[in-house]
Amino acid sequence: MSNATALQHTVAVETGSQEFLVFSLGDEEYAIDILKVQEIRGYENVTRIANAPDFIKGVANLRGVIVPIVDLRIKFRLAEANYDEQTVVIVVNIAERVVGIVVDRVSDVMTLTAEQRKPAPEFGLSLPLDYIHGLGNLDDRMLVLVDIEKLLTSEEMALVEEAGE
Amino acid sequence: MDITDFYDTFFEEADELLAEMETHLLDLDVDQPDQERLNAIFRAAHSIKGGAGTFGFEALQRTTHLLENLLDHARRGELQLRRDIVDTFLEAKDMLNDQLDAYRQGGEPDPEALERICETLRRLALEEIGESADVEGAGAAASGAATAPAPAPETAAPAPAGGRFRVALLGVADKDRNLLIEELGQLGDIEGQDGDDTEYRVTLKSSLSADDIEAVMCFVVEPEQLSIQALSAPDDGGDPQPDEESGAGAVAEQSAVQAKSAGEETAAAAPRADADTDSRARAAPKKAAKPQAAGESTSIRVPVAKVDQIINLVGELIITQSMLNQVAEDSDTVKDGALVTGLNLLQRTARDLQEAVMSVRMVPMDYVFSRFPRLVRDLAGKLGKDVELVTEGKSTELDKGLTERIIDPLTHLVRNSLDHGIETPDRREAAGKPRTGQLTLSAQHQGGNILIEVADDGGGLNRERILAKARSSGLAVSDAMGDDEVWQLIFAPGFSTAEEVSDVSGRGVGMDVVKRNIQAMGGHVEILSKPGQGTTTRIVLPLTLAILDGMSIRVGREMFILPVSAVIESLQPGADDLYSLAGGDTLLKVREDYLPVVAVHHAMDVAGAITDPTRAIAVIVQGEGRRYAVLVDDLVGQQQVVVKNLETNYRKVPGVSAATILGDGSVALILDVSDLHRLAQSKKDNRIFGNVSQLVEEVEPS
Repeated sequence: MSNATALQHTVAVETGSQEFLVFSLGDEEYAIDILKVQEIRGYENVTRIANAPDFIKGVANLRGVIVPIVDLRIKFRLAEANYDEQTVVIVVNIAERVVGIVVDRVSDVMTLTAEQRKPAPEFGLSLPLDYIHGLGNLDDRMLVLVDIEKLLTSEEMALVEEAGE
Repeated sequence: MDITDFYDTFFEEADELLAEMETHLLDLDVDQPDQERLNAIFRAAHSIKGGAGTFGFEALQRTTHLLENLLDHARRGELQLRRDIVDTFLEAKDMLNDQLDAYRQGGEPDPEALERICETLRRLALEEIGESADVEGAGAAASGAATAPAPAPETAAPAPAGGRFRVALLGVADKDRNLLIEELGQLGDIEGQDGDDTEYRVTLKSSLSADDIEAVMCFVVEPEQLSIQALSAPDDGGDPQPDEESGAGAVAEQSAVQAKSAGEETAAAAPRADADTDSRARAAPKKAAKPQAAGESTSIRVPVAKVDQIINLVGELIITQSMLNQVAEDSDTVKDGALVTGLNLLQRTARDLQEAVMSVRMVPMDYVFSRFPRLVRDLAGKLGKDVELVTEGKSTELDKGLTERIIDPLTHLVRNSLDHGIETPDRREAAGKPRTGQLTLSAQHQGGNILIEVADDGGGLNRERILAKARSSGLAVSDAMGDDEVWQLIFAPGFSTAEEVSDVSGRGVGMDVVKRNIQAMGGHVEILSKPGQGTTTRIVLPLTLAILDGMSIRVGREMFILPVSAVIESLQPGADDLYSLAGGDTLLKVREDYLPVVAVHHAMDVAGAITDPTRAIAVIVQGEGRRYAVLVDDLVGQQQVVVKNLETNYRKVPGVSAATILGDGSVALILDVSDLHRLAQSKKDNRIFGNVSQLVEEVEPS
C-alpha cells in the first residue's frame, strides 16, 4: 500500500470523510479517490497501438512520459465514445503506473462523509461490482464510487502484464 | 583515455558503497543478523577491494581485504557478531573513508592509521576465528601481538625501518620468484636465499621498512604469499622459520622474537626516531600540497531520474517553442521584428539546451571498455597468463546511467574469464590453441536491446564440477538438466567452483552480483559455453535509457521508427521483382535473393496505407539473422530518438520494442524488426483460420 493510500485511510478513519473527483460517462456520474488523480488534460495526440483491445485508445506523451489512454466508455459500453473539445483525460496514478482514462466531462471535487457513502446494490450497475466501492449520495445525485486501482490493474483491462511474464 | 579519468568514478562509487555498508552495519541485529544484510556488507567491501586493486590504491586494498575476510566469516556464521565487533567494522569503514579522501586529494593515507586499523582487524580475526586474517598477517600480526608486552604500543606499531629481513615467499612459481628476487635486489642487498616452490627464503639487508618491502612485493604476489620478518642481528639468520600452519602459536613465537628485538636493540630507538622524522618530512610536502589539490570532486553525481526529468521538460520546451513559431508565422498581425528575433533566439537556445542535456547522458562504450586493458594486463600478469584484449563496438553509445552500472558486472566477468576461463599458456599449447588467449569485449544494438558480450577462448565451463558443487551446496540439481540450466547455477549466491580464494575471484560473490546488477537494470544474462572452446557471457539490456538512431517511416497517417542499425537498404519494388505465393506470402527479389515481404500496414493494422507494393517503398531489414523487406508508404527522415519504455506504464506491444516522442510532441512506436516478422507471420496464419485477435493475444506474452 502506498503512503498516499495509507494516509488517506487514516484521514478517512479519523474524519469519516473522503474527497472524490466526480466525472461523467454518458448519463452516469462516477467518482474516484482524488488522491489517485495526478492531473486532468485534454484528449489529444494519442498514438494508436495496433493489435490492442479497442478500449485502449493508444499512448500519449505526458511531458515525456508515455502514458496509455483507456476509454472506459468503450470497455463497459457506457456511452457513445465521442471525442470533442469537452472530452477530458483524467491521469491517475495507480500501482506505480500512470494511466489516462477518457471521460465525457469532469464536474467537480466533492467531500463525502461516511453517512453519504452506501454499499453498492447487487445489480443494476454498468460496471462490474468488483470495481465499485459503493454509492455516494449527494442531494439528489447518485455517484458510483469506483475503485480505480483495482479496475485498471484488473486482468480484463489488459493494461498490466500478468505476473510471471 | 587514461586510468586516472576513472578515479572520480571509483571514488564516487566507493563513497556510495561505504555509505551503504554503514547503513547496513548500523541496522544489523547482532543476535540475529540478516543474511542478506551480511551479504550486502560483504559485497560492498569486496567491490571496493576490487576497485582499489585496479587503481593500485594499496592501503585501501589491504584494509578492505582484511575486513572482507572477517565479513566473509561473519556471513558464513563462523564469526559470532557482537556489538564491539560491529563497532570495529564501523571503525574500519571510517578508516576506509579517510583513505579514500587521502587518495582523492592525490596523497597517500596516513601509514600509522593504516597499521593501526590493519592490526585491529588482524587481532579481531585472531581472537574470534583463531586464525590470522591473512597469512601475510603472520608477520605483521607479530607486531600486533607484540603490543601487549610492549609498554608503548605506538612505538611498536610502525615497523622499524632499515635492518635485515627474512622474506619468505610461499607457493610462488619460479617465474614470479625470479622477478621478485630481482625486485628485492633493488631494494637492498640480498645476503642469502634458499628454499623451494612452497617456501623460498631470502635474507635481505635494506634501509626500507618491512611494510615498504611488502608494498613493493604486493604488486606481484598476494599478501598471503609473503611473510616478512625483521631479523634482530646479522648472525641469527638461523632462527627457526615459523610454520605458517601453526597459526597462533607461531605468532606468539614471532612476537617473542619481535619483543626481543625491541628489547635488545635499544639503539634501534634512534634510527626509528630518525625514520619517523624522515617519514614526517616526506609527509609534510604532501600536506602542504593538499589545499591546492583539495579539489572536491569536479563532478556532481545526479540521480538518473533527475536527468530524465530535465530531458522530458526540455523536450516539452522545444515543442512549445515550435508551437510559438507556428503561431507567429500564421498570425496576420504585423510581423514584429523583435518578436521574430526573439523567437529565433529562443529556438536556437532551446536546441542547444536539448543537445547539452542529451549529451549529459550519452557516453560511448569506450568509457567502459577503456578501463579494461589495464585490468586485463595486471591480472594476466598476476595469473601468469598471456591474454590479448579485443574490444568491439566501442562507439556504441549508451546511457551514462547504464554504463556506470554495467562496469561492475563487466569487471566481475572479465576477472572470471581471466581467472577461470583462459588457461595458462602451457595448457593452451597442450590443447592445441595459441599460447595467447583472447578476451573479447563487444557492444552492439540489436533487436531493441543492447547486447554486451564478454567472450574468452578458454576452457569453457565444467559441467560436472558445477553440478557437483551445486549438489554440495544443497541446490536441487539433476544430471538431466540442460547445459543452459547448468550454466545458470553459477549465478547462485556463494557459488564458486574455484578451489582457492584469491583476491582476483573465486569467492562466489561475482556472478551473484553480476546477475543482481543486470536484473536491476531490467536486463538478463546468458551464458554460452563450449568445452575447450571458451565461454561467452552475454548481457542483454533493454533500451530503456538508450538513444537510438531511428529512421522515421510513414504508413497511412501514422509514423513509426525503424532502428537504423537494422536497416540495410531501401528501394522501390518493381512489379517484376514481386512474386506472390499461395497462402498470401509475397517474395521480393533483391539482386540474387528472394526476401519475404512484411507490410507494416498489415502487421500494425493501419488504415489508409498504400496497399499496392509497387507504389510503396521496401526497406530491407535484418533481424535475428534473417533479412526481409518491410513495406512502408514513405521514408521521412533519420534522427536520433530517445527510447521510452512502453512497459513502464503499459505493457509489451507485439512488433514494437519501445516508443519515442517526435518533434511535434506525439508518440511514435519503435518497430522491433525481429518481432515484427513473427507478428506478421502469426497474423497471416490466423487469417487462414479466421481468428485474428485470439492468436495475437497468444503472441503477446513472448
